Amino acid sequence: MSIINQEVVYAPSHEWAKVQGSEATIGISDFAQHALGSVVFVDLPSVGQRFNAGQEFGAVESVKAASELFLPLSGEIIAVNEELNDKPELLNSAPYASWIVKIKLSHPEEVKKLLKPEEYAKIAK
Amino acid sequence: MKYYNTLIFELSKSGRIGYSFPKNPYAKKSLDTLLPKELLRSEEAALPEVSELDIVRHYTNVSQKNFGVETGFYPLGSCTMKYNPKINEEMAGLPGFTEIHPLQPLSTLQGVLRIYDETARMLSDISGLAEFTLNPFAGAHGELTGLMIMKAYHEKRNDLKRTKVIVPDSAHGTNPASATVAGFETIVIASTADGRVNLESLKAALSDEIAGIMLTNPNTLGLFERDIVEIARLVHQAGGLLYYDGANLNALLGQVRPGDMGFDIMHINLHKTFSTPHGGGGPGSGPVGVAKALVEFLPNPRIVKHSDYYTIEDSGKAIGQISHFYGNFLNVVRAYTYLLTLGKENLKSVGGLAVLNANYVKESLKDVYELPIGSFCMHEFVFNGLKNKSTDVHTLDIAKRLLDYGVHAPTIYFPMLFEQSIMIEPTEVESKETLDHFIAMMRQVAQEALDNPEMVKTAPHTTPVRRLDEVTAARTPILTYKDATRHG
Amino acid sequence: MFKYFPHTPEDLAAMLERVGAKSIDDLFVDIPKSIRYKKDYKVPESMSEMEIRAHMQALADANERLVVFRGAGAYDHETPSIIKPLISRQEFLTSYTPYQPEISQGTLQYIFEYQSMICELTGMDVSNASMYDGATATAEALFMAQAATKSPRMLISDLVNPEVINVVETYAHFRGLQLEKVRSLNGTLDRNHLKDLLDDGPASLLVQYPNYLGIVEDFTEVAQWVHEHQGLFIMNANPSLLSVLKTPREMGADIAVGDGQPLGIPLSFGGPYFGYLTTTTPLVRKMPGRIVGMTKDVDGKRAFVLTLQAREQHIRREKANSNICSNQSLMALFATIYVAALGKQGMIDVNTRCIQATHELYDRLIKTGAFHAAFDAPFAHEAVLLSDLDMVKLNDRLLKKGMLGGLPVKLPDSKKTGWLFAVTERRTPAQIDALVQEVEMMAHEVL
Repeated sequence: MSIINQEVVYAPSHEWAKVQGSEATIGISDFAQHALGSVVFVDLPSVGQRFNAGQEFGAVESVKAASELFLPLSGEIIAVNEELNDKPELLNSAPYASWIVKIKLSHPEEVKKLLKPEEYAKIAK
Repeated sequence: MKYYNTLIFELSKSGRIGYSFPKNPYAKKSLDTLLPKELLRSEEAALPEVSELDIVRHYTNVSQKNFGVETGFYPLGSCTMKYNPKINEEMAGLPGFTEIHPLQPLSTLQGVLRIYDETARMLSDISGLAEFTLNPFAGAHGELTGLMIMKAYHEKRNDLKRTKVIVPDSAHGTNPASATVAGFETIVIASTADGRVNLESLKAALSDEIAGIMLTNPNTLGLFERDIVEIARLVHQAGGLLYYDGANLNALLGQVRPGDMGFDIMHINLHKTFSTPHGGGGPGSGPVGVAKALVEFLPNPRIVKHSDYYTIEDSGKAIGQISHFYGNFLNVVRAYTYLLTLGKENLKSVGGLAVLNANYVKESLKDVYELPIGSFCMHEFVFNGLKNKSTDVHTLDIAKRLLDYGVHAPTIYFPMLFEQSIMIEPTEVESKETLDHFIAMMRQVAQEALDNPEMVKTAPHTTPVRRLDEVTAARTPILTYKDATRHG
Repeated sequence: MFKYFPHTPEDLAAMLERVGAKSIDDLFVDIPKSIRYKKDYKVPESMSEMEIRAHMQALADANERLVVFRGAGAYDHETPSIIKPLISRQEFLTSYTPYQPEISQGTLQYIFEYQSMICELTGMDVSNASMYDGATATAEALFMAQAATKSPRMLISDLVNPEVINVVETYAHFRGLQLEKVRSLNGTLDRNHLKDLLDDGPASLLVQYPNYLGIVEDFTEVAQWVHEHQGLFIMNANPSLLSVLKTPREMGADIAVGDGQPLGIPLSFGGPYFGYLTTTTPLVRKMPGRIVGMTKDVDGKRAFVLTLQAREQHIRREKANSNICSNQSLMALFATIYVAALGKQGMIDVNTRCIQATHELYDRLIKTGAFHAAFDAPFAHEAVLLSDLDMVKLNDRLLKKGMLGGLPVKLPDSKKTGWLFAVTERRTPAQIDALVQEVEMMAHEVL
C-alpha cells in the first residue's frame, strides 16, 4: 500500500503537484519511487524552460529502470531542486518532501483536471 | 573461479618494461625536432610499468574470475551459447588472413574476397533471401542496417508517410532502439496470451504510415509464429516490409527459411547461430540479407563476383556506408569454417536437436517451475519463476543460486511479458547428461527455495564475489583507476 | 553421428519419450507445411579438420602479405606475443556479456582497466567499454552532441577520413542530423570558413587528429570558438599517438573518439578492430555503450559491475540514445594487454619510432627528386607527398617487389593527387631502403 499525501493533487503518470496561487511544486509519488527502486540519478530541466501539461520535462533513473517525468501542469520552470544532483535517493526516502521543480503556472485552470488524493489512491495500489 | 583482487595499475613499478624493440636507427631525430613543442603531450600518460611475466600472470588470474562456455553449461535464452570450435580460431589466426591490409590491391585479396562471397552465398541459401552484406558488426548493427534499407526502399518509392515500425511487446530492446536510430517511430502491439502476435492488434496497427514490422520467429518466448504466412500477407498488403531478427535462427536450421516465411530483410548473429565466440561482449557479426527488390540498397563497400575474379565496389544506390571497412572479417572466417565443418549433412540437424534439448528440459522441470505456455517449444522456452512462490523467492535469487552450482544462470526478466521470466536455451551441442545435471541443479534450487529460502535469497555464496552494490555504482560512478584513487 | 552432436540413438529415444513426441519432426508441428524446407542447403559436404586446414590454407595463400607503407585508417604495428595466448583463454573468449557480475569479474575488470587506459591516453574523464569501429563510434559521438546541445547541426572537417565521413553521413541522414563540411587550407582546418559557419548558428565540430593526410594541428582555439557557439568539440584521434601528442583534453575536446586498431591489432583485412569513445564527466549519461564501474559486494570485497545501464537499449528501448548491445569487448582486452605490455615508456617509444621513421622516409623521398612537399604543416607517422611519377605505376612496381605503397588521394583543397604513406616501427631500414631504391630507379627511367 503506497502512501498518498492528502495535501497534493496527482497526475495519472504518478507526479504530484502542490498548488500555491499561481505557482506549483512538483514531485513524484510514493508509488512511483517504490516502482522505480533505488533512484540513482535525476535528469533535471533548466530554470526558464517551458512545458505544456503532459510534456516530458526530465527523467528519473534507477539501476534497472528509467522513467520520464511528465509535467502535470503547463508552466515555466522557476526553480530546480539541485540537492537531487548529489542525493537522488531523497526521492525514495521522502517523495513528498523532496520536490523536483517549482513552476509558474501558465494555465491554472488545468489544476481541476488532476486527480484528488482519493481518486489517485485507486490507481496507486 | 577464484577471487583475484589486483588491478594492473597496482602491479606497476617505475622503470619496469614488458616489451623489447630493435635498435632504433633514427633515434637521433628527437621528437621536438620533428614536431612543434605545442603539439607534444605535456605530461606522460600514467600507464602501467610491468614486466612481461607480471602481465601474463595478471590476465591469467583475471580470466579465472570468469565463466565461459568451456567452463560449463550456459543456458542463456536468446544467446545461443554453443561451443566455439577451436578449428575456427586456428583458421582465423592464419597470417594469410591476419596480415592483410584492408586497402590492398584487389589482385592480392582474392582469397579473403572469396571467403566473403562464399559465406554470403551460403547464408543466402540457408535464409532464403537473395543477397547478404557481411559488413554489420553485430546483431543490433544489422538491425540498424536493415531498417535503413527499409527506409531507403520507401524513400525511393516516394512513400514518405511511412515513418513508423511495428514491434511486438515481446521484442528484444535493440529492436525499438534500432528503429529510433534509423529515424522511425515505434508502434508496440500487444501479444496474445500465449505470447504470439495478436492478428487483430496487428490489423489495427497497420496503415499507410507503417514502413514495416520487426519480428523474430520463433519469438522471444521460443514459440513459432504459426500465423507467419498470414502476418506476412497482411503487412505486405498494407505496403510494409517484414524484418526478421535472426537471434533465434538456430531453431530453424533444417526446418524452414525466413525468406520462405515472407521476410524481406533479416540479420543473422554469427556469434549465436554460427558459433563465433561471444568474447565477453563482442566482437560479433551481424550479416544482413535482403530479398531481390532490396539488393540495390545494400551498404557499401560490396564484394562482387565476376566469373572467377572478385572486386570491391561502391554503388550509388546503397544506403551508404555503415562500417569503415568490411565488418569483422575474422569472424566471417570463423563462421565460414563452421559451415564447412558442419556441411550440408549436419547443418540440417541443428534445429531439430536444439529444439529437442529445449523441450526435454522444459518437460523435466515443469512440475517445479511455472510453465505459462505448455505446447511444444522451439529452441528455448520461458518459465515464470517457481511454481510454489510461497517463500517469496524470485527469479533473480534462483539465478544467483545456480551460480553456486557451476552453471551460468539462464536469461532472467526477459521477455517482459512475464514478471518472473527465466528463459532457457540449451543449444544442440549439450548432451543428455549435461541437461540431466542442469535439471537436477534446477530442482535442487527449487527445493532449497522452500526448505531454506534465505540461502537462495542471499546467493551466490561460492563465487569470487557475491551480490554487488549496483546502487552506489550508479549513484557515484567510479569508472577509471584515476577515479578510484581519488575516492580512496 | 557428428562431433558437435552428442546425442546417441538411446539418448534420442529417451528424450523423445520424456517430451511426448514420436520423432523430432513432431516438435515442429507449428510450422506450416507449405513452407517447410527439408532440402539440403547449398553448402559443401562436411569437411574434416585435415580438409579444412588444406582448404583454408589455400585461401590464405591466395592473398598476398605485403611490406606495408600504407595507413589511411589501418596501421601495421607489431603485436606482442603474449596477447594471443591471453585473449584465447576460453574464460575471456567464450564468455557472454557480463550481466551476471558475480561470475564475470574477469571481463568486468579488464574493461575497467581498458577504460582507465583509454582515459589516460586521451586525457578524458570517462570511457565506454568499446564500440564497433572508429567510424561508427564517431557517428555515435555526433548523436551524443545532438542530445547534449539539442542542436542537430554538425560541422565536419573535410580532412576527416573519407570512409569515416561516409559512415557519419549515412547515420546522419537517417537520424536527421544536419551536416556541413568545413573546408581545409594548406592541409589544415580553414579557420575562417569555420568561423563563418559558426556565425550561422550553434553547431558541433568534428575533426580528425592527426587528420586524413597525417597532419597535426593545435585545435585549442578552435575548441574555444565552438564552445562560444554552444557546440561540442569532437576529435577523432589515433589513440596510440596520444601517448606523445598533445591530448584532446589538453585542447578542450568534449569527446575523443576513434579506432583502436593502432593499439597492436593486426590488419585482419579490416576487422575486427574496435571503436573507443571517451568524454567529460558532465556528458557521461549521454554516452552510448556499456560502462563498467567499481563497487563492493555484500562482504565488502572490491568488485566491478556494468553501471549506468538505464541509458541502454534493454531498459530505454525506443528512447535509448543508441541501439548498441554487443560491442568489441575482446578487442578492448587486446588493446589493454598491448598498452600494459608496452607500458608508459613503450607507448612513447613505439610512437616516437613511427614518427621518426616516417620523417626519415619523407626526407629521403624528397631527396630522390621524384617527390615534393604538398603542405608545410607538421605531421606525425603519416604524410602526403606530391610526385611527378605516375603513382599507379609506381605502386604496381612496388607491388611486384612485395610492397604496399602509399595510397593515392585527392587533396581536398586542390585538384592534385597526393601519395599518402605511413611508416610504422615494423619497417626495417632495409625495407625503407628497398622502397627508396625502387623510387630512384623509376625516377631515373621516367624523369
